[in-house]
Amino acid sequence: MVISIASGKGGTGKTTVACGLASVTNNCVYIDCDVEEPNGHILLKPKITLEESSYKIIPKINNDLCNFCNKCTEVCEFNALLNFKTEIYLIDELCHSCGACTYFCPQKAITEVKKENGKIRIGETSDNILFYDAYLKVGEASAAPLIKKVKNAYKGDGPIIIDSPPGTSCSMLEAVKDSDFCILVTESTPFGFNDLKLAINVLRQINIPYGIVINKYDENFSLLDEYIHDNQLNLLLRIPFRMDIAESYSKGELPTETVKDYKVMMLDLLEKIKKEIVKKEYA
Amino acid sequence: MLIAVTSSGDSLDSLVNEKFGRCQYFIIVNADTMKYEVVPNPAENAQGGAGPKAAEVLVNKGVNVLLTGHVGDKAEEALKKGHIHIITGLNENTKIADAIKFYLSKK
Amino acid sequence: MPDKHYKQIVILSGKGGTGKTTVATALSEIAEAKVVIDTDVDAANMHLVFDYYINSEYDYYGGKKAEINSDKCTQCGICESVCRFDAIKEFKVSRTSCEGCGFCFRVCPDDAISFYESKSGVYSECELEDQSKFYYAQLLAGEGNSGKLVSEIKKKAYEQVKENVKWIIIDGPPGIGCPVNASLSGVDFVVIVTEPTQSGLHDLKRLINLLKIFKIPSGVIINKYDINTDMSNSIEKFIRPEGISLLAKIPFDKKFIKAIQNSKSIIEYDHAYIDTFKTIWNDIQKVILN
Repeated sequence: MVISIASGKGGTGKTTVACGLASVTNNCVYIDCDVEEPNGHILLKPKITLEESSYKIIPKINNDLCNFCNKCTEVCEFNALLNFKTEIYLIDELCHSCGACTYFCPQKAITEVKKENGKIRIGETSDNILFYDAYLKVGEASAAPLIKKVKNAYKGDGPIIIDSPPGTSCSMLEAVKDSDFCILVTESTPFGFNDLKLAINVLRQINIPYGIVINKYDENFSLLDEYIHDNQLNLLLRIPFRMDIAESYSKGELPTETVKDYKVMMLDLLEKIKKEIVKKEYA
Repeated sequence: MLIAVTSSGDSLDSLVNEKFGRCQYFIIVNADTMKYEVVPNPAENAQGGAGPKAAEVLVNKGVNVLLTGHVGDKAEEALKKGHIHIITGLNENTKIADAIKFYLSKK
Repeated sequence: MPDKHYKQIVILSGKGGTGKTTVATALSEIAEAKVVIDTDVDAANMHLVFDYYINSEYDYYGGKKAEINSDKCTQCGICESVCRFDAIKEFKVSRTSCEGCGFCFRVCPDDAISFYESKSGVYSECELEDQSKFYYAQLLAGEGNSGKLVSEIKKKAYEQVKENVKWIIIDGPPGIGCPVNASLSGVDFVVIVTEPTQSGLHDLKRLINLLKIFKIPSGVIINKYDINTDMSNSIEKFIRPEGISLLAKIPFDKKFIKAIQNSKSIIEYDHAYIDTFKTIWNDIQKVILN
């Protein structure tokens, strides 16, 4: 079972919900895919047992074999290769690791080498949650390859909870794709509402069933409830806006441990999702 | 010495274009002869990596100095690799000819 | 050489939800002779609180996509074997996974793949009530290359900037990746909006590391600071030796949420905040002009 948690808008409480859910799911695996700003470790406080560099593949041009025919710069759609007449120069932050230049070089002057693009960490929490996160190297342009790597770092078949980055672009897509169900965490504001619709669009395009959690819920903001009702969307949970949750979070505490009835809400959420996944399997 | 200036137009009277990677033209002046060449920027509408692509053009033209508004970090990397001295901070109210004069007077 | 006639400020946060757009909007309303750009192209929000009029809309072509013509395809499978993005399955290219590298297009022995510029977003050139220009964009769902769209929308703004403009105020994207890099080009000063939480501090540190690479001066606003004054003090302690000024500490106020819920900026919703943000704006100007 793979559950992803995404949001569209940043700061809606995605990581809080993801970690809360992980803490009530037996034998689960938590993977923090927000590789630009990973925060799950603050709430789950894992003991890190392994930290390793992550690499992306980049081309290396042998300037002795190269005859500067320009085939490589022609096939590179990302303008990562520059022909300086006495050498071919690579701007590695622009390289998407597609392999085209290596393949098409008529002189076979290009080999592929590894370049560090971040690090992956593996650990365990005191609740036996298996923990994975990753840090994108500061300055590195593309998050998606590292997101893919950290997801693939776990090879077992325990229940997996994927904490997605915010936004609705290719990073979020990479994190949520292939999950069985996606929880969209939104908030009672027009910003949350606007971005929820964008996130729903992405999930529909890739056919992932989803449900909605309204965090920092405020009944005075009715647009969201109306939209969910009118479109018969799956509302999983409303977490009311409460200062005790905000304060606990600010201290880096997991609300399931410190805030009354938060754990019950998470257990409730888990049950609902399990039912959804079973429904999907029988569909 | 060859000096390149990022330009919005194709003459010495044209105004400086602040952005390096996506300017319309490079005006390349030979400081010794004061002759100049107008080079349209092939990277102006590039998908991505415009800065580095623009740098490639200048390096292959043998440019020694670049005068412009600002340069992105990847373009800066490429320009330095090609041994081009970068001067930033030019603004778009300046004519190309004046920018060159000012640079030469400061040397 | 005369200085260019405007200064560029970008508002960033690292972490989402700290109030970046709220602050950017408020400062935009206080500032005069400005151009406003929303570069959070994954999830643009400024337009939800501004009163504005759209002058023009532009299509954004962020990259290319491949498509297999099933009439010509002989199902040899070479395309699938070279694609590193798992975008080709059963002789069909998945638009959302296609990275636009062109490898399959170039390798297909039957010339059965077309490779074309694909529309991946839209951006709008608008005017605010005081006739200042305002630009925002939206990437289509699941698309990549936000960085390039950020560059494009900034380019459009620079092309149209009038003589009398003194400030370009940019609402930046969250995170530290490519779109943030693109929002930083040409910027004179960064206003970082953070919150007094462990996560906020953690993300602030990563963002500051990025700004060091770009060598751009910055200042910090601690939003909702009284939710945790200990954390707020930790943030102050951290930024001081980094040479980053503390621009303001804004107390938590439900009015901020109410304002957004009513699709209003905080200043519009509660005029008492005009002074708060005027002070902050004056302090920012002092730091920049020194």
